[in-house]
Amino acid sequence: MISYSNNFDKIEKVRRGELSLRSNLEYFLKKIEAKKNLNAFNFIFNEDVLSIADSVESKIKSGSYGKLAGMVIAVKDVLAIKNKPLTCSSKILQEFRSIYTATVIQKLIDEDAIIIGKTNCDEFAMGSSNENSAFGNVLNPVDESRVPGGSSGGSAVAVAGGLCDASLGTDTGGSIRQPASFCGVFGLKPTYGRVSRFGLTAFASSFDSIGAFTNNVTDVAAILEVISGKDENDSTSSNKDVPAYSKEINNHFSPVVGIPKEYFSEGLSVEVKNAIENFIEQLKENNITVKEISLPNTEYTIAAYYILTTAEASSNLARYDGARYGYRSQDSSTLLQMYNNSRSEALGSEVKRRIMLGTYVLSSGYYDAYYRKAQKARRIIKNDFDEAFTQVDLILTPTSPTVAFKIGEKSSDPLEMYLSDIYTTSANLAGIPGINIPAAKDKDGLPIGIQLLSPQFAELNLLKFSYFIEKNLLNK
Amino acid sequence: MDAKYEAVIGLEVHAQLLTTSKVFCGCSTKFGNEPNTNVCPICLGHPGVLPVLNKKVVEFTTLMGLATNCKINSKSVFARKNYFYPDLPKGYQISQYELPICEHGWIEVTTTDKEKRKIGITRIHMEEDAGKSIHDRGNETLVDVNRCGVPLMEIVSEPELKTAEEAYLYLSKIRQIVRYLGICDGNMEEGSLRCDANISIRLKGDSVLGTKTEIKNMNSFRNVERAINYEIERQIDLVENNERVVQETLLWNADLNEAFSMRSKEEAHDYRYFPDPDLMPVFVDDIWLKNISASLPELPDIKKERFVRQYLLPVYDAEILTQSKPIADYYEKVVSYTDDFKSASNWIMGDVLKILNEEKKEIPNFSISPEFLAELINLIKSGAISGKIAKDIFPEMLAGNISPAAIVKKKNLLQVSDVKVIEKTVDEILSSHPQEVEEYLSGKEKVIGFFIGRIMKQTAGKANPQIANKILHEKLNSLKNN
Repeated sequence: MISYSNNFDKIEKVRRGELSLRSNLEYFLKKIEAKKNLNAFNFIFNEDVLSIADSVESKIKSGSYGKLAGMVIAVKDVLAIKNKPLTCSSKILQEFRSIYTATVIQKLIDEDAIIIGKTNCDEFAMGSSNENSAFGNVLNPVDESRVPGGSSGGSAVAVAGGLCDASLGTDTGGSIRQPASFCGVFGLKPTYGRVSRFGLTAFASSFDSIGAFTNNVTDVAAILEVISGKDENDSTSSNKDVPAYSKEINNHFSPVVGIPKEYFSEGLSVEVKNAIENFIEQLKENNITVKEISLPNTEYTIAAYYILTTAEASSNLARYDGARYGYRSQDSSTLLQMYNNSRSEALGSEVKRRIMLGTYVLSSGYYDAYYRKAQKARRIIKNDFDEAFTQVDLILTPTSPTVAFKIGEKSSDPLEMYLSDIYTTSANLAGIPGINIPAAKDKDGLPIGIQLLSPQFAELNLLKFSYFIEKNLLNK
Repeated sequence: MDAKYEAVIGLEVHAQLLTTSKVFCGCSTKFGNEPNTNVCPICLGHPGVLPVLNKKVVEFTTLMGLATNCKINSKSVFARKNYFYPDLPKGYQISQYELPICEHGWIEVTTTDKEKRKIGITRIHMEEDAGKSIHDRGNETLVDVNRCGVPLMEIVSEPELKTAEEAYLYLSKIRQIVRYLGICDGNMEEGSLRCDANISIRLKGDSVLGTKTEIKNMNSFRNVERAINYEIERQIDLVENNERVVQETLLWNADLNEAFSMRSKEEAHDYRYFPDPDLMPVFVDDIWLKNISASLPELPDIKKERFVRQYLLPVYDAEILTQSKPIADYYEKVVSYTDDFKSASNWIMGDVLKILNEEKKEIPNFSISPEFLAELINLIKSGAISGKIAKDIFPEMLAGNISPAAIVKKKNLLQVSDVKVIEKTVDEILSSHPQEVEEYLSGKEKVIGFFIGRIMKQTAGKANPQIANKILHEKLNSLKNN
């Protein structure tokens, strides 16, 4: 069982001999096996982890160890690890193994984290329910008849189900924050460019961010501190200094919190709305200044998001053509047939839908009407946030308009599904960071999340306030 | 060409840049390695990889822009050109589209009618090369990814070329400039310089352009000229026979001297260009640009003018000597050791280039050093040896880069300019050839050549020809007058 409050506590207990890392790993492996029905993992590295645990334990005991020593982390199966499978939960990469390691993974390993396995997700990170996976659905551990959210559903479930200490996910339009909300854990999407994307299988390159799921704010701060920073292999990574997040989160910070009125209109379930309003009242009681703000161009968010992300995806996924690696259809007699058959047989319907959408919006004659216009909308939406952040330090919204929905409930209606990301996509359009805080539960015990957003590279403020909330408002 | 018509031609030239590593990864650009060995996850297009721009590519392309009078854009953007082909691992080529790094330039060419023509350059942009598909191995197509990501610079001309000859001259000029800059080896046969032509025809005086075709795969300078002429004639024939030119892409077949249709307009790709989100825009600041400008070498036209001015050479000589920078450099080294500028030019344009041509060598590998060639020229100029002796010892110099003075000394080849010695020889020859003397006296002056030949033979070529000639004439004339 887990007897530590965060990884610093875990290290301390290992150092004092009160906790054995090997038995900790054995515990997680057993639990993963017991909770196999959740389908959170695509691959488990049970052959590697025990000996790694031994060596990390002796490092801890020798007093020379990394910042994440002994933290057991699961990573979304869109991240490359040398000699390990990399499937993106797609049939087209079902036999594929990576020949190099992603920068984020290397940074975790260098700080003595233990990678326990690769988690299930929506195919190529496209989806909001984890129902688009070649490895099958992932179940929500709070209510197994419900979806865990997506696309990083497996990563959210691995943490929520107690199958590891933390996990990495990726967030292109809410793929960390929304499943964190559905499963009741913390989920941080950093600023675009804060964390290197090298080794992250691209869905939409100008949106994709790598972040983490944890059970507490301290661990997510520690992980962010390790994975952030400039990477020579990623031209879009930022060389801004990385604060010592984990040390600074308990410094006092009393923000002005903005509530965007556009995020509380139709589509928001009454229960979520009430829970958020309740939460806002609690903030006020704790002397936090809360004020209403406006993000006037919110209505263009979903359209701009789906035009731009599908355009980038249509190009990013062109490499999966059966010619050099991955699935190749066996019955083709021409090159065109090989392409058509391989992609038709091995890509899922949501991925195909987005490739077609993206191909269409980039086509000659349509580019100006769609892609170029959506780029303009993206700038306007970013300006809305810039303007808002001149008045407030942080913005608070619901993470998702509903609690976790039933498996199959929305899978036949893509538009309905897209709307479950309505509050999260704007942060990716603006490139700003956001975090889900498991703030409340509905009458059936289903988690309700609040989303906090900050200006670019203000993760520290986000984390400080999340830590304040964790210590003063949650678990009460 | 039918005089009623004129052709409108634009060229797209791809030049492979001479960087040591690829444009978006650290792999080697070395040509001729085992297939699929100069590769890494990035140029293989594996999931999750990202491109990182090689700054040398920006530098080289900027140099070309400056050398061709382009405006260098302070901001340029990489774009993805999307199409499927097995030798294109990512399913798109990273290129530049809406905002290229160089625009609005020109170069000047001189036609055979001595007409100077300014040819506009629309744009120069950076891009990556694709791999190579090998189709001639039975049923299978093999892919070699070594070339994937090798940096290319694409130079697009305005449609301002009027003839195949002008296209040839334009392309030669481009090759001369890239070689001067040391940014591309300009080898068309090996594909490091490639050229596609857009061609249309119209009645002279028409302002509307005709339907154009694009012709590809012209892998030599000769083929460029041939293919363009072929296509102009084909289009004129069509129009003359009341048929229409169809917009299409043609492939030149050098063996058959014919172009074949590759795809029609309807089959044309929609490349769905959009800015590559993995790469930041390229910003060129003034200080960097100044440094690049400062490193720009003297360009061929300017060098040519200087040679005419500084070394008092005919334009023709200067043109040939500045054809390539190494030849010009060799010339300038030679004339740093001799002030006989014209003789230096003659030797290089004549013997040196002839031998390089025969031995298919470049001048840096030429075995006679500039110092020794200058020494040879100085030996002639000072009268120490004759031009003939010089020609005779040249092969020996060539064989081992030996000092000509040393050869002359060793073989005792110093020219005889002593009047008394030469007089004695002339007397001997005249007295032993009375019949030829008679012939001369009876007016057959051609026998002079015979006597000169004998003098040279008897002196082993060492007699100073001017002096020998003078003495011979004096002696014969005195016989005549007697």
